[in-house]
Amino acid sequence: MTTSTAPLAGARQGRGIAASTVQERRRSPRDWRGWIFVGPFMAVFALTFLAPVLYSLFLSVFQTKLIGGTQFVGLDNYVQAFTDPKFLEGAGRVTLFLAVQVPVMLTLALAAALAIDSRRLAGASFFRIGLFLPYAVPGVVAVLMWGFIYSPRMGLTGNINDLLGADVLAPFSPPWILVAIGNIVTWEFVGYNMLIFYAALRTIPEELYEAAALDGAGQFRTVRSIKLPALRGAITIATIFSIIGSFQLFNEPNILRSLAPSLISTYYTPNMYAYNLSFLGQQVNYAATIAIVMGVATAVIAYVVQLRGMRREQR
Amino acid sequence: MTARTLTRVAAATAAATLLGAGLVACSDGGSPGGSPDGSGPGGGADAIEAALEAGGSITYWTWTPSAEAQVAAFEEAYPNVDVTLVDTGGANDNNIKLQNAISAGSGAPDVVQLEYQALPQFMIADSLVDLTDYGFGDLEPLYTPSTWASVSQDGIWGLPQDSGPMALFYNKRVFDEFGLEVPTTWDEYIDAGRALQAADPEYYITNDSGTDAGFGTAMIWQAGGRPFAVDGENVTIDLEDEGAQRWADSWSTLVQEDLVSQIAGWSDEWFAGLASGKIATLPIGAWMPGVFESGTQAGAGDWRVAPMPTYDGGEPVTAENGGSAQVVTQQSDNPALAAGFLQWLNSSDESIQVFLDKGGFPATVKELNSEEFLSHQSDFFGGQEINRVLVDAANSVGTGWQYLPWQAYANSVYADAVGPVYLDQGDINDGLVAWQEQNVTYGTQQGFTVGE
Repeated sequence: MTTSTAPLAGARQGRGIAASTVQERRRSPRDWRGWIFVGPFMAVFALTFLAPVLYSLFLSVFQTKLIGGTQFVGLDNYVQAFTDPKFLEGAGRVTLFLAVQVPVMLTLALAAALAIDSRRLAGASFFRIGLFLPYAVPGVVAVLMWGFIYSPRMGLTGNINDLLGADVLAPFSPPWILVAIGNIVTWEFVGYNMLIFYAALRTIPEELYEAAALDGAGQFRTVRSIKLPALRGAITIATIFSIIGSFQLFNEPNILRSLAPSLISTYYTPNMYAYNLSFLGQQVNYAATIAIVMGVATAVIAYVVQLRGMRREQR
Repeated sequence: MTARTLTRVAAATAAATLLGAGLVACSDGGSPGGSPDGSGPGGGADAIEAALEAGGSITYWTWTPSAEAQVAAFEEAYPNVDVTLVDTGGANDNNIKLQNAISAGSGAPDVVQLEYQALPQFMIADSLVDLTDYGFGDLEPLYTPSTWASVSQDGIWGLPQDSGPMALFYNKRVFDEFGLEVPTTWDEYIDAGRALQAADPEYYITNDSGTDAGFGTAMIWQAGGRPFAVDGENVTIDLEDEGAQRWADSWSTLVQEDLVSQIAGWSDEWFAGLASGKIATLPIGAWMPGVFESGTQAGAGDWRVAPMPTYDGGEPVTAENGGSAQVVTQQSDNPALAAGFLQWLNSSDESIQVFLDKGGFPATVKELNSEEFLSHQSDFFGGQEINRVLVDAANSVGTGWQYLPWQAYANSVYADAVGPVYLDQGDINDGLVAWQEQNVTYGTQQGFTVGE
């Protein structure tokens, strides 16, 4: 350190106070060595994260037509997005999905994590692995599998209906299709979220439990006063992941669409809309606009959740 | 804990923002607009001979089952030429891949298969080579008028590979079991559907969920509708013309009375339904026998082919349902060689024979009229000489049909507009009106002058 900062310190020796050189050293604007360490990361980050975002921003202010070529249109695409009933319908649908599916999934995951952590569950590690396994199944395979289960003629649904002698279950029908998708997503990610919660529970020091036991706290009191407060950070994280996942809902509806094309439109979720605009409609510019709008909306909501989570933790 | 949590949260938030945009960024590698400037074609038929002699390597994208055998035969005939075959799996993936390569300005194959309905979209964007200069105009007499018309609008943009004149495939075992006659008019067809449902609710006259635009447009075509008129940049769309209404009215009856199964085509349930005969008929293109044989072996011997029912019981008339051509792209480094391969692929006896052996339905007049082809008895169809029926269909395709310049896109949103009507068991005309609106909007956005 001294070799490179010595001349600097010398140049400013007018101030002449030895103690201040420590501060000077720290502030030295020409010390790029830190960048050498973060450089490789920053290069990859710039290439794979920043460049696509900038490119999408660039795309989103143009319009390309089959007849007439490419034109700069300023914010026209954004104006169109906010008045586009298809986009708004898709955005509304994922918001509804977020409002219903995420709480259900996280509650289940929390219950599972608390149960496994309670030490009263026989074969806890079996349950842990079992719950987590769906996450290891590739998403596409999982959806195809559920697609078969849902099939009213060939699948489990059909068998249950036959057994009951009536069409009780109808996952492939307008009122139930979103629930059916929510069920798949929940199945896929309960284990993942459970693991986040479980890992957080394992970090609680044993002394706290002992103290609670000495104070005469039962299981539920322990959960309420020790475990849940300790889980707040993890819940914030899991919520943010789930918000991102909901807004980016794509795989499940897109694959189910091949089984029930009349139930799931090409603009069922914003991501599907962007995908279809770009790959089927050749409207790359507008697709980029949709993606950016959704990206910003996701970031804002995630940030709000983060702030709230933080405030709670500081209390 | 708090500090670590925050870092992770911040990273997650950043990732959320970026992933959304990343989805789109990978979709288009090229600058907005601007089609690649291919080397202009030239040279005529001699250039083809010279190029085939000189040799070289080309890439060919297709999803035709016979492609591998055809390429092998070609490379044997022209040992200097090396053809790299890429199986694109199906029309949709093929078009998406091709569109991406064209947008990116590189990566497109030299020769590629395109459905007739997708051809105008690529033609209008200057992505294809006009083959007129290679003397392809001389090949016109080889092909049926309807397929030739599909590849030649203001130029020659490809050579027809196959065709899909519609015929009525029906399950004779089911028809016999329920004492049904093969319908010759659509009214009889609806009655047969009612009889079938009355006898056993598990049996449907056919399947249709309002999500297959290829079927809808072909049925409109057969009913005499000509909803799309394209003249350069001027496009007229009228999905409520007489023919379109005629189809929508009669087909709405089937949907409203719950006589059609709303199973999606090409799903596992669909194949199972065809094999068991619970889907009792299928009005579909003449390429279907190959699909039957590979996908529904359990139904072997049960199925037969009949001409399409008509609306007035008069002269038989049908429509093309699918079918494709091969084209040469502007990105080809060696368009003369690509044209040479294409010419051999879709006009040489050798190549077409390979195509026929694999169960293809040709677009060439000679093969369609050859006694060998006509008298072929299909085991799957209980020994019926199905090609006689199908060739009759090929000869009675209604003329004057045009596709939209953005048909691939239009088809992709057909399910959005028409599908919900089927679910509500409503009037298909309403769905067609909605589809028209979507197309008018899209066409206008894309710079066309769209009239209704």
